[in-house]
Amino acid sequence: MKKLGSIALILLLTMMVFTGCGSKDGGAADNDSAAGGTVSTDGSTSMEKVIGSLAEAFEAANEGTTVTYNPTGSGSGITAVSEGRCDIGLSSRSLKDEEKSQGLQETVLAYDGIAIIVNPENPVTDLSLDQIAKIYTGEITNWKEVGGNDAEIVLIGREAGSGTRDGFESITGTEEACKYRQELTSTGDVITTVSQNPDAIGYASLAALKDTVKAVSVDGVTASEATVKDGTYKVQRPFVLVTKEGTELSDTAQKFFDYATSADAAEVISAAGAVSAN
Amino acid sequence: MQTKTFSKERKRYIGLMKTLMAVSAVLTCALVAFLIIYVMYKGLPNLSWELLTTEPSYLADKIGIYPDILNTIYIVLATLVVVLPLGVGAAIYLTEYAQNKKLVAVIEYAAETLSGIPSIIYGLVGMMFFCEFLGMGTCLKAGSLTLVIMNLPTILRTTQESLKTVPQSYREGAFGLGAGKWRVIRTVVFPGCVDGIITGCILAVGRILGETAALLYTAGFAHDAYNLIDGLGESGATLTVALYVYAKEQGEFEVAFAIASILMMLALLINLSATLVGKYYKKRREV
Amino acid sequence: MKATSKLHKTEQQLLREAQRKRRFETVIHGIFLVLGLVTVGCVLMITVYLIIAGIPAIREIGLVDFLFGKVWASTNQDAKFGILPFILTSVYGTAGAILIGVPVGFFTAVYLAKEAPPKLRGIVEEAVNLLAGIPSVVYGLVGMLILVPGIRNIFHVPDGSSLLAAIIVLAIMILPSIIKVSITGLEAVPKEYEDASLALGATPTETWFKVSVPAAKSGIAAAVVLGVGRAIGEAMAVMMVSGNVANMPHLFESVRFLTTAVASEMSYAGAGLQRQALFSIALVLFLFIMLINATLNFFLKRSKER
Repeated sequence: MKKLGSIALILLLTMMVFTGCGSKDGGAADNDSAAGGTVSTDGSTSMEKVIGSLAEAFEAANEGTTVTYNPTGSGSGITAVSEGRCDIGLSSRSLKDEEKSQGLQETVLAYDGIAIIVNPENPVTDLSLDQIAKIYTGEITNWKEVGGNDAEIVLIGREAGSGTRDGFESITGTEEACKYRQELTSTGDVITTVSQNPDAIGYASLAALKDTVKAVSVDGVTASEATVKDGTYKVQRPFVLVTKEGTELSDTAQKFFDYATSADAAEVISAAGAVSAN
Repeated sequence: MQTKTFSKERKRYIGLMKTLMAVSAVLTCALVAFLIIYVMYKGLPNLSWELLTTEPSYLADKIGIYPDILNTIYIVLATLVVVLPLGVGAAIYLTEYAQNKKLVAVIEYAAETLSGIPSIIYGLVGMMFFCEFLGMGTCLKAGSLTLVIMNLPTILRTTQESLKTVPQSYREGAFGLGAGKWRVIRTVVFPGCVDGIITGCILAVGRILGETAALLYTAGFAHDAYNLIDGLGESGATLTVALYVYAKEQGEFEVAFAIASILMMLALLINLSATLVGKYYKKRREV
Repeated sequence: MKATSKLHKTEQQLLREAQRKRRFETVIHGIFLVLGLVTVGCVLMITVYLIIAGIPAIREIGLVDFLFGKVWASTNQDAKFGILPFILTSVYGTAGAILIGVPVGFFTAVYLAKEAPPKLRGIVEEAVNLLAGIPSVVYGLVGMLILVPGIRNIFHVPDGSSLLAAIIVLAIMILPSIIKVSITGLEAVPKEYEDASLALGATPTETWFKVSVPAAKSGIAAAVVLGVGRAIGEAMAVMMVSGNVANMPHLFESVRFLTTAVASEMSYAGAGLQRQALFSIALVLFLFIMLINATLNFFLKRSKER
């Protein structure tokens, strides 16, 4: 029994040490007090940088609050908010009619370009929207047909619930017709995969772009915040905050919502690579 | 042996078998060596004090795995606290109390089934049951409860094994002295199975450390650092989940390899402890 | 005259004490019984949950269409829910992993159990244990960065994420289990068998392969079945190297396993048929595993009877 007692004591002491750790007070129990509350967001992986920056800025300005973000994909985020599993859903596409009829409301936070990316080793620098559509439906299969090397094009795309995929396919008119080689679950994954395969092509959120890949210009227009803002870069979609009609947001969540859609947040959003809508 | 008198086929057979054995053994060793060296080589240079003790920040564009380390520790502790009583209790029941052989067989079969279920199904059921049905939401608690069910068989089995090694004469002696059953268990049997419990603990910790699929949707992948009590109620990524997210979804391979090297060192530590504990108790028993 | 000093208790008191003790023991017995039944409870909960959640979709889609349909397009307007691609991929993937992993594991086990000098054996066994302890995501990571580009360069395919990559990763992952269980099986063979064989003039090598191995057959079969179970249930490592498109399995094509299908659909399946279909996939996977476990038990019983 003595041994058992000492083991139990060790476990208990270890746990007590950790009650002192950590720099946040979760406060999951007091969701309604403005000083110290939690906001849970869930959804689009493309919005990660934007939401992450907004969350940090908000937490820094409001002592004791926590904003959590689960990158599960636009479709999943919409489901999560409609099922009440999170406060605010994040979607990188507009809501569909049937989603709106389920009582979901959308608030546009920002606009984001969908960059068409290729490997930096790829000599191709410009593609027309039509060529892109043909590549993804399998009509064009070799890079040499669009001015590149003699190599088979490797199509990288997103999984079926992705807002980015939805945006891409609706703008290029390739719904349900894309012949993907890989269907990945996040924008970052697409970027990583394209950066590792010299013959790959993919689409990813402009805000998430890294210099490990190269974005081609579409119909001569380079993707950038300016061209997204004035609409000349056609392949773009809105970043949307999704809330449920009739369900009131907790104080903290409402505060975050207001902050994110205010003009103050515009700078943070720009720094993250998207174009603020407010 | 006079190999000169062997037929050609025999010689060829022996030679073939020996070659296959050598090749396989070399292949296995080479694989292990390669994995360890590659991961360490790519990971150790990226292990910095800053990485280990800071949180990730979007605004400052940096990554830190301190929250993930904390989350991992919390989940291990929370799981152990629940699974130890359950597993040890069940093992004690099976060896000390159970009379009905059929019931024993049923429980043991159940434990074996549990240990064979893939972790992704645990993740799915855990998500449905703990996160949605019980309304916990995505949090470390839900993840740890899922892990409890996963590791129950391990603790049960190791405790049972060591309970069986307690000589029946100990128990009979204690009964003979007039002790009640519970007292016998508490004072005679239990100390004898502590080594099994510890081994089971170590094995379970090893399994928990390596688990990803069961935690992805039950515990989530947030990167915030909390204290223990609050942390259990919040979603958080453990080291393995963080590795997956950083590697697959963000392409931050340096961080991923750093985490991988930490995990590998932990795996080595776990194995060493299990072996040492085994040796220690073996010696004690032989005395 | 009765000598009733304070030290001796009356009969009544003794009786009451005994009753209390018995009640106490019954309570303790009850507590432990409950703890023991928790295990059974968990299994029941999981099984019942999966069945209840998985049957509706199967009923709506139709058992034959579900199991044998070749197209999985869960989010199309005209959604199709055939999981044959996943089933076949899991089967082929596991078969491939077994084909590579079992021979290597088996021969290594024989070497370790029989021929290796004790020190070398100790080191190699520790190494194998370490291999078993490495988390699957680490395998996935290494696979992603070495195997996938490697396959692309060696075989000149446009993209290395493929069934082949998954097979190789799975084979490496099941190696430790196969080795460990095979060694246990080989060591359980009575020494008399080997001594008799050597006395009859066989060389050690011949003895091992013609006498010990057949005697350890059930143990080795158990090892194989264990490997199969692990391979079929692996999700993370496979997800990182196999491309995740619901194709019918080809060696160099991007594929989706039963496990990765569950993982990919899990997060974004909205309510409705798509979500229920997800549970049905999990149910199918679960039934596969139960079948494998039953086979494992069968082999283990046989080896014990020997």
